[in-house]
Order: sequence, then structure tokens, then C-alpha cells
Amino acid sequence: MTGSDAAVAPSAERRKAGGVLRRLAGSPMVGSPARGRTLARHLAIAVVALAIMWYLTDHVEAFYDFQIATIAAYLCVVAGLTVLTGLNGQVSLGHSALMAVGAYTVGLLLSKLNDHNVRAQWTVLLALALGVLTTSVAGVVIGLAAARLRGPYLAGLTLAIVVVVPSIATQFGSLFHGDQGVPVPAPPAPTSLGQFFPQEEWDAWIALAAAGITLFFLANLVHGRVGRNLRAVRDHEAAAQLAGINVARTQVTAFVVSAACAGLGGGVIAVINQSASPDSFALTLSLYLLLAIVLGGLGSLYGAIWGSVAIVWLPYLTNKVMNGLTLSAAEAAKLRGNVPLAIFGLALVIIAIAAPGGIQGLLRRAGRWARARFASRVPQPPSSTGRRPETSPPQGGATHRQAAGPEGLPPTTPSAPTSEVTT
Amino acid sequence: MERFVFLTVDGLAHGAIYAAFALALVLIWRGTRVVNFAQGAMAVVSAYIAYSVASASGSYWLGAIAAIVSGLALGVLVERGVMRFVAHTAPLSAIVVALGVSLLIAAVVGILYGVDQRPFPVPFSRTPYTIGSYAVFSPFTLFTFGVVAVVVIGIALLFTRTSVGLRMRASAFAPETARLLGVNVSRVLTVGWALAAGVGAVASLLIIPTAFLQPNAMDLVFVTAFTAAVIGGLDSPVGAVVGGLVVGLLLSYVSGYLGSNVTSIGVLVLLVAVLLLRPGGLFTMRQARRV
Repeated sequence: MTGSDAAVAPSAERRKAGGVLRRLAGSPMVGSPARGRTLARHLAIAVVALAIMWYLTDHVEAFYDFQIATIAAYLCVVAGLTVLTGLNGQVSLGHSALMAVGAYTVGLLLSKLNDHNVRAQWTVLLALALGVLTTSVAGVVIGLAAARLRGPYLAGLTLAIVVVVPSIATQFGSLFHGDQGVPVPAPPAPTSLGQFFPQEEWDAWIALAAAGITLFFLANLVHGRVGRNLRAVRDHEAAAQLAGINVARTQVTAFVVSAACAGLGGGVIAVINQSASPDSFALTLSLYLLLAIVLGGLGSLYGAIWGSVAIVWLPYLTNKVMNGLTLSAAEAAKLRGNVPLAIFGLALVIIAIAAPGGIQGLLRRAGRWARARFASRVPQPPSSTGRRPETSPPQGGATHRQAAGPEGLPPTTPSAPTSEVTT
Repeated sequence: MERFVFLTVDGLAHGAIYAAFALALVLIWRGTRVVNFAQGAMAVVSAYIAYSVASASGSYWLGAIAAIVSGLALGVLVERGVMRFVAHTAPLSAIVVALGVSLLIAAVVGILYGVDQRPFPVPFSRTPYTIGSYAVFSPFTLFTFGVVAVVVIGIALLFTRTSVGLRMRASAFAPETARLLGVNVSRVLTVGWALAAGVGAVASLLIIPTAFLQPNAMDLVFVTAFTAAVIGGLDSPVGAVVGGLVVGLLLSYVSGYLGSNVTSIGVLVLLVAVLLLRPGGLFTMRQARRV
């Protein structure tokens, strides 16, 4: 069945065929002209976005450059996690540990090179690449285990990883410098940019480049065969298997891709902060990342952007508000870290229950509502909205499903632990 | 040999507490198919309440009672207020919501008490008795065994000998049928959550004195108890108890012979091993469900 067949299939039949088949049939065929167009579109979006961000970083204060850099670094991780959790249904609480792997790799390599007086700009590139590599290897190991686990079991395993990682840093103190962490001596901004070029802006460029590459890569991935397989496996493993998809390999691939993104993000964070310590990659960070993907909208790359902005800006804004209040030093110390956490916890609960599609889901709904208002003035049959029949069904189908309410969270798969134990 | 005996007793004492905590996880899992990732945070709240009441009144026992009552109340609150609205949707949203609850609770505790480590009171001495030159166990260890035994036997009796227990088993096994037969399944779920949170509170009273009271004091305990519950198969109360004791013993030997820093790594290794070798748990006889 090709995409265009599915597009003309009667709706009742398609409903009967179930979500997987619809997705399988509705996605663009590999090698079709749509592929080149998708690639070009994503490239154009990436270039425009990076140009805007370049202009922005050049015209704001250094402090905001630092924030933009942090957001971009988190964006790498959040985008990878939203693909893993939102599109493949694997929930990972271990991504802060994976970030730590990337950060420590970058830190140790840069320290080593610095000791040998190698301080060229390419060292950052090399270190980040190596960070991605080591984290991918870690991702293969965890992913192999994860492919055998579902739901709460996987969450429990990844939770254990993230709780245990700090003690690994302490245990191998001679290498990882225990609680202090390792310094990350990234080379300063190149002198060709001018003597007084702010370091923060240079960092922001590095981070934005990383985020841009990550998003471009992921966007192409999820729109192609791999992305279709990810969703098929999430929705119905047995059906996906019958359709010829290697379920375990798909799950491991998803985990490795996601881990690589986390490694890149962690490495960039280390470069920005000039250090990597176990504290900065604790369980709380994993929960932040989870919040970011849920808040933005599970499985949505645009949602990853909103989520990353939120997890950087909310603590900043609450601290700003609290600085306006008159508090004793002790009260301020108690409130400082915890108020954002309380807001995050509350947000996580409320969004997961009330708006499972997150911000992107709400935006989509608003967009549909606006389009419906507009379309009601210009009468038009709903089925003829697609100009390109081979690409429009998946987008229509996917957005409809994701924005339609509770389906923003992946539905229960039959293999998830339900009560169907006895035969 | 002397060291081995000490480590064994110590491991069993810790294991008993893990068993209680794992039992709480199993209680909720059986009823709702949700792993309560907020269990640790909820137990910490009870511990802080015990701490406050005990310091204000000067009586450990008043504090302990306050902790258990608050645990029961918190269980009802979390189930009625939050988890009820997600219990029947995808497993992912239940996990997300439970983590959100735990984040919220930890933050509120941090706002009220700060993050300092506080020593937690004990009703009996923690200095061990000596037999000859052997340090064997302390009065507090005995107390721990006693309390956990009472909890476990109490829950066993509740499930097998009372009508509430029968309703709980029926609701967990076949909710629809139970509802048709007149069981108020929704209320039974609330009772289950309250009971589990109460057991969690008891476990926190027993485990926190071995370290310090701080907002994330139960994180590692949760992971360990989860490991124990998985070893037991998540579905079996007996499995949870045995799993808890096994985990306690193994960790005690690991920390005694390899160093205390390795303990948490030991938990991870154990969990990975169990999940990969016997994902259904060591004690499930029934056809293992895919996890």
C-alpha cells in the first residue's frame, strides 16, 4: 500500500485498520520526491532560524547570550528525549546521566589537551564529537537493556542509573575529581572576532550550532522511515513486527540517537559552564528534562524548543520575582532553589492530566480553530486541503492524533503491564 | 566470621525496611498498575512531620503516630487529588504525574525545612549488644525487625482474613466483576493508597535514623525498594518481602567487603541483572508478563 492509496481509502476502513497501519501507509515513501522537499524545507528553516538567532545574539547583552546558550544546549537534549519518549514511548529518567557522560568526556579531553598546550578552536569540535561518541556507546548499553523493558520497569532502571551516577564520580575520584568535578578549559573566543568579543556570545554560537544541527538531523529522522518505525513500535509492537519492523533494533536505535543528543547537549553545557560536576547532572535535571518534553508537547520538536525555553526561563523569572521581595537570608536560601521546583512539579502534574499535548498541542488546536473559522467563510471540503497527496496524509493524521487530547501521551500498548496475565 | 555475622544481621535489618517499602509499592501496583514514583517523597513528608512533632512534644512515639497518620492522609490526598485522574490512561502519564508529585513534595519540604541534614530520633539505642567480643545487633535493630514483622503480618492478615482485604484482592484481580458484585472499587483504591503510604511512613521512620533526614533522603531507598519489588515480581507481596531481605543482605555484604561507596553501584548492578535475567521477578509462578 502506498501513501496515496491510503489517502483515498474510505475513512471507515482506515479506522478499522488501526493507528499503526494508518501511520505506516500514510507516511511518505522513502525515495519519493517528498523526501528531497522535506530535506530542503528543514534546511531552509534551520538556516533562517540560525540567522535570526545570530542576529539576536549579536544585539543582546552578554547575560542573555549566556541564557540563549544554555537554552540551546538543553534543546539538544530535550529534542532527543522527546523523540525517544514521545515518538517511541520509552521513558528515560537517565538522560541527565547521559549528559554527564558527554560533559565529562569533553572536560577530560580538553583538560588533557590543555596540559599538552593544545588550545586551538578545533579541540572543542573534537571534544564534542568524542562526547557524542562515548555517550552513544553508553546509549547502546542502556538501550539494549531498555529494549527489553517497558513502562515503569524502564523508568525504574533509568532512575537507578541517575541516582547512582554521582557515587561513580566519587568512587573513581582520581579520574573524576569526586564532588568537585572536572574543569573544562575550552579555548576562548577566536581573536579574529575582535579583542573585546564577549565569550558568552561565542559560547552561544557554539550552542546554537549544536542545537541547529541536532534539530535538523532529528527533523529529517522523524519524518522518514525511522520516525515512522518509531511511532509504529510505540503504538502497537505486535502490529509493527508483523509489518516487518525489527522492534528491538528500532528501540535501541531510538535510544542511541537520543543518547547522542544528550551527550552533545551535556558537552555543550560543560563548555559553557567551564566545568562538569556530579551535582549539575543530578536527578532533578532529569525531571527538568521530563518537564520540558511534557510541557512542550511529547514528540514535538517545536515543543522541545518551548520546553527548553521554559526550563531555563522559569527559574530565572521566579528568582527575579523573589529578588523583588524582602526576605531574610535564610528564607531566601530556602526559597531560591525550591520555588521553581514546586512550580515545575505542579506544572508537570497539571499538564500531564489536563493538557497532554503540551504547549505545541494547544498551539495546534488554536491553529486548527483559527483555520476552521477562516475556512467556514471560504467553503472548502476538508479532504482537499492537501496540495501534495503523498505528504499531506501523515501530517494531517499525526497532528490530529497528537492534538486530539489524551493521545498526546502514547497509548497503552498491549505489552505494557496490564492485567492480562492469566491465559 | 564475626564481621560476617554482623553484616548479615545488619543486612537483614536494612532488608526488612526495604521489604516494607517494597510492599508499599506492590500494594499500589496490584491495585492500580501504577508504580508510585512519589512514594519516596511521600515517606519523607511523614518523616519530617514525625521529626517536628517529636521535637515539639519531646515524645518519639507521638512523632511516630503523627507520621503514620500523616502517611495515611497523604496517601488519600495523592490518590483522590491527583492519581485518580490518570490511573487508567497510558503508563507514561502515570509515571510523569507521580514524578511531578514527588518534585512538588520535595520542593515544599525544602521550602519549609531547608536542605540541611538533621539527625533523626530513635526510640531505642543504636549501640549494638556484644556477645563475647562480637558486636551483633542493637536494640533498634530488634525494634526494626519487630515493627516490620507486625506490618507484614498485619497486611497478610488484612488481605486474607478480613472483608476489606477480600475486597482489595477482588478489585485488584477483576475490577469490573468486583464492581458488579457491589464492591466500591474506587474507595478500595483509596484505601490501598492510604495503606501503602502508611507503610511507607513506617519504613521512613526505620531507615532514616541510619543516615540523616533531608529532603531527598529516600531517593536511594526508593530505588533499592523498587529493585526489591522487581526481584519479587512487583505483583507478589511475599516476593516483595523476600526480595527486600535478599537486597538488604547483598548490599550489606557489598558495602562491608567492598566499601560503602560501592553500595549504590551494587543496587544498579543488581537491578540490571534481575531485569535482564528474570524480568518477571524471581517469585512469579504465573506466565510472566512482558515488562
